Amino acid sequence: MSDFWSVYIIAIVVLNLVGCAALLFANLRMTAEESRSETTGHSFDGIQERNQPLPRWWLYLFVLTLLFSAVYLVLYPGLGRFGGLLNWSSVSQWQEEVTLVEKRTAPLFDEFAKVPVEELHAYPETRDVGGRLFANNCALCHGSDARGAKGYPNLTDDDWLYGGSADAILTSIRNGRRGQMPPMAAAVGGTDAAVREMALYVQSLSRPSMTADPEVAAAVDRAKPRFAMCAACHGQDARGNQALGAPNLTDGIWLHGARLEDIETTIREGRISHMPAHASALSEERIHVLAAYVYGLSR
Amino acid sequence: MNSGRIPSQDLSPEGGSGLYAKRRRIQIKDVKGHYQRLRDTSVRLVVALYLVLPWLTWNGRQAILFDLPDRRFHIFGITFWPQDFFFLAWALIIAALGLFFITVFAGRVYCGYVCPQTAWTRLFMAIEQRCEGDRHQRLKWDRAPWGWEKILRRSLKHGLWLLVALATGITFVGYFTPVRELLASLAGGEIAGWTMFWTGFFTVATYGNAGFMREQVCLYMCPYARFQSVMFDRDTLVVSYHDARGEPRRRGARKKEAGQHAGDCVDCGLCVQVCPTGIDIRDGLQYECITCAACVDACDQVMDRIGRPRGLIDYTTENALNGRRSRVLRPRLIGYGLVMTLLIGWFAMGLVSRVPLQVDVLRDRNQLYRLTAEGRIENSYRVEILNKDQQPHHYQLSLEGPDGLSLVQGSPAFSLDGGEHRSLPVTISGAPYTADVRSATVRFRVRATASDTMEKAHEARFIAP
Repeated sequence: MSDFWSVYIIAIVVLNLVGCAALLFANLRMTAEESRSETTGHSFDGIQERNQPLPRWWLYLFVLTLLFSAVYLVLYPGLGRFGGLLNWSSVSQWQEEVTLVEKRTAPLFDEFAKVPVEELHAYPETRDVGGRLFANNCALCHGSDARGAKGYPNLTDDDWLYGGSADAILTSIRNGRRGQMPPMAAAVGGTDAAVREMALYVQSLSRPSMTADPEVAAAVDRAKPRFAMCAACHGQDARGNQALGAPNLTDGIWLHGARLEDIETTIREGRISHMPAHASALSEERIHVLAAYVYGLSR
Repeated sequence: MNSGRIPSQDLSPEGGSGLYAKRRRIQIKDVKGHYQRLRDTSVRLVVALYLVLPWLTWNGRQAILFDLPDRRFHIFGITFWPQDFFFLAWALIIAALGLFFITVFAGRVYCGYVCPQTAWTRLFMAIEQRCEGDRHQRLKWDRAPWGWEKILRRSLKHGLWLLVALATGITFVGYFTPVRELLASLAGGEIAGWTMFWTGFFTVATYGNAGFMREQVCLYMCPYARFQSVMFDRDTLVVSYHDARGEPRRRGARKKEAGQHAGDCVDCGLCVQVCPTGIDIRDGLQYECITCAACVDACDQVMDRIGRPRGLIDYTTENALNGRRSRVLRPRLIGYGLVMTLLIGWFAMGLVSRVPLQVDVLRDRNQLYRLTAEGRIENSYRVEILNKDQQPHHYQLSLEGPDGLSLVQGSPAFSLDGGEHRSLPVTISGAPYTADVRSATVRFRVRATASDTMEKAHEARFIAP
């Protein structure tokens, strides 16, 4: 808030309070003439408003509210940038509540942290606690059933880009992962036909029946020698490399789509995948429970 | 016309008129009689009910407990959740119609007989009477200089008031936090925080309201007091003074001796002295009147003594007062009664057929559908199941929809404790490009396995390319 707006708001608040008080006290009494006629002096179309006095304690209530606002404005934020003597803010109150919850749940998570992921996944509590952590932090991309989406791996199928061991999962959650496949169009031949042939070859790896079609078989034969370019990452046997995050191309699981067109696009343009790091967003104990939950999903 | 004869109230403060008036303290005279006995019974009932209810137990739990932090409202065997809020709305609408009905029939009897403000004020007045005596004695004590006896009597009164107020405050908080624990922590001096604040707040509020504010609440704060008069008609029972019979008033017997015509009113002023809102009923119907009928009882006593028939001041209708026929059963009353009965029936039916189970389905938002390696279409959902019952139940989730669709997770079965909530991620799978599953409507049904009636279904959509 800039100086101008701060002063502007302070002025409005104070003027309003003072104005209310002034209005209140200026109207305590009636003029001598009005009190003689027992009317308030309001007259419309010959109808006069008689004076029906309010009880005096009503007036005191009004004064009380004025005093309350003054005390409130001293203690709590309300006067422009002045934060109040209590230093209260909604953020600090939220922080307090978070700290309180952290303190209350700490013993529970400490217990969890003592159990290795390989055992913890079988605990019924992991399903509840881990499931909630997953729903809040992971489900947005991987789906609430963890079965993934296009570009976001399925976590229930025991096929792992970076390994399915407890340590690998912990690392993935903690530090995130960055998967990159470069555009390979030039490397596999440069032409649309060459890209299509390579796509057919890659697709046939998990669907050998495709080669029953002689045209496909011919295309696959042409593309096969050029697969050496891909083998650098995906391996000579095309079974992938978990150290690089290069997927296994022979298991029929397609992160970016199983259709021929999808595979062609992948070859031509490459793919970039990004799993964000969660070490800064979640405590180590929570990541531990989350890893156990994910570990248990495919078992 | 009678301003010279009755003690009129001077509302203008000393030293000129103002827009605010000093409050005139009302000291009422105690009166015995038919209606006051009725009032005492009803006041005792209201106070006793209020004090006793939180102490009842049901299945090992406080029978009536409004658990605000957990947002659960236990009333005997039923636990209400925020989702059941419309029951509260119904109950309030029924209560409003009840007020309309009784007001059309008998005026502001609610004010005079069952309103907590009346009940606690009467309780406090009874204590005041025991400590300081009846009206004239209290007025004497008011004027008396401070001495030992006055100090003693006043402290006794305020002590007892505070005690009743404290009991009221504790009981009030006892509706929202277990009253036994509250009392234990209070006895142990461990009470703190909001519990202490609210106990103190309601203690002070009761003390102030019933001890000092009294009729001021009815006159200046209560909205019911103002709008109930709108429901009056000429056949509504109101406390009225029979003008024709009472006027002209006579004081003593002098005027009668003089041969002048005189009414039955002896102008003793008792009806004014007993009035808790400080009005003169002989001025006609006034918004201040809470129809407590203290003036009726007072006047009947006087009529008995001077040998005149009772009922100079009485519950009667405007029509009867003017010599016209007065009907109790009239369309307005029957209409209110009918609507109220209907609503009560509706409410009861809703309560009986209420299924203590909540099922909500949330579709995943990150994708419309998913194509699996096997070439099937999948949609994922989160089924939220809440057991609103007090007992644990075993449930089974099933899917209803076109034949081609099935739940990947089968038909999950699970148990939920009373009040437990479970969020179940589920997946529907279907073959692609079949006309009947393209954007199909499906229903998730959750059924308690041991019950025929405890089931809820929620609709969702299955989206396919």
